[in-house]
Amino acid sequence: MVEDQTEIRVGIAEGALMRGPGRLVTAGLGSCVGVVIYDAQSQLAGLAHVMLPQRPSPDTKVPQKYADSAIDWLIREIVQAGGNALRLRAKYAGGAQMFQGVKMEALRVGERNAAAVEKNLAARGIPVDGKDIGGNQGRTLWFELPSCVLVVRTARGDVRTL
Amino acid sequence: MNPYDLSAADLDALREFGNIGAGHAATAFSGLLGGVVRMSVTDARLCRFAEVVDVLGGPDTLVVAVFIRIEGEIAGNMFVVLSTESAERLVDALIPGHEPGDPYGEMEYSALGEVGNILSGAYVAAISDLCGFRITQSIPAVAIDMASALIDIGLMYGSGEENQVLLISTRLMQGGREIQAHFFLLPDFQSAAKLFDILRGKMPSG
Repeated sequence: MVEDQTEIRVGIAEGALMRGPGRLVTAGLGSCVGVVIYDAQSQLAGLAHVMLPQRPSPDTKVPQKYADSAIDWLIREIVQAGGNALRLRAKYAGGAQMFQGVKMEALRVGERNAAAVEKNLAARGIPVDGKDIGGNQGRTLWFELPSCVLVVRTARGDVRTL
Repeated sequence: MNPYDLSAADLDALREFGNIGAGHAATAFSGLLGGVVRMSVTDARLCRFAEVVDVLGGPDTLVVAVFIRIEGEIAGNMFVVLSTESAERLVDALIPGHEPGDPYGEMEYSALGEVGNILSGAYVAAISDLCGFRITQSIPAVAIDMASALIDIGLMYGSGEENQVLLISTRLMQGGREIQAHFFLLPDFQSAAKLFDILRGKMPSG
């Protein structure tokens, strides 16, 4: 029997919440970071495609775009949907430097994104169960409920399971 | 006023800008590739980031991208994006002895970087012609990977929260070869209004 599975695709600088079973997908992460926060017991998970480390102002219209506000947004969405803030865990991947050989601060934003995600998760006491960051390859990732597995695939076809 | 609101006349001006750039580039490519190179603009508009990714075939489609940073009166990021097929045709024409399917080495990356350099240089020259600004461009950086992964850094510094970019698509014909290249200009937020004023012909020249 083929089960009708939910699949939610998250675009760049966007975010989404899912109740399992199903799959949250985001494609083509370069220096961006895909952050998943989930409550396994309530079968709730949220994914944000984070682009920059810090929101420019407290009242940003796109909280999903920035590491600090995206993590707050994910926590709020999950708790509002009935999740337990004390059970939340996280997995994340991305933060590559795609272009080599050019020394430009702007090209190193991947590193700063990954560091901001790590810092903001730690500040909110959310344990990290898996991460795959850095390098110089793009990533497509998907997070599955009920298994809570994060699968990361590169353009060259390498697959890692977190 | 939102710098990204463009009228029909603005779009005409944008297409004209595209043609000026393509003209510059065709001349340079004729020298590089030998023989007559014809270039035409197939599309010129502002689009949302999600559309950029569609133009390139989807977020995880494998493409070749050349990144160039521009600084000066107008600052921003430029990308020249080629399909892997178009890149292969270019490499074939530029590097004697390259066999189809050969893995890309330093020579191939360098040749693709030069193509990106010419195309972005043509548009930098077009902007300078229109307004007399001095703009400098960085050396090109080349990478082959997922489309969205390659161009996400451009958007970060680009468009505030509007997520829009300037897209000019071109077709280059030389002999029987056809190469399609997409050119993206993502002005830094502070430069966006100035750039679009230039394109609308509202800046004093010289």
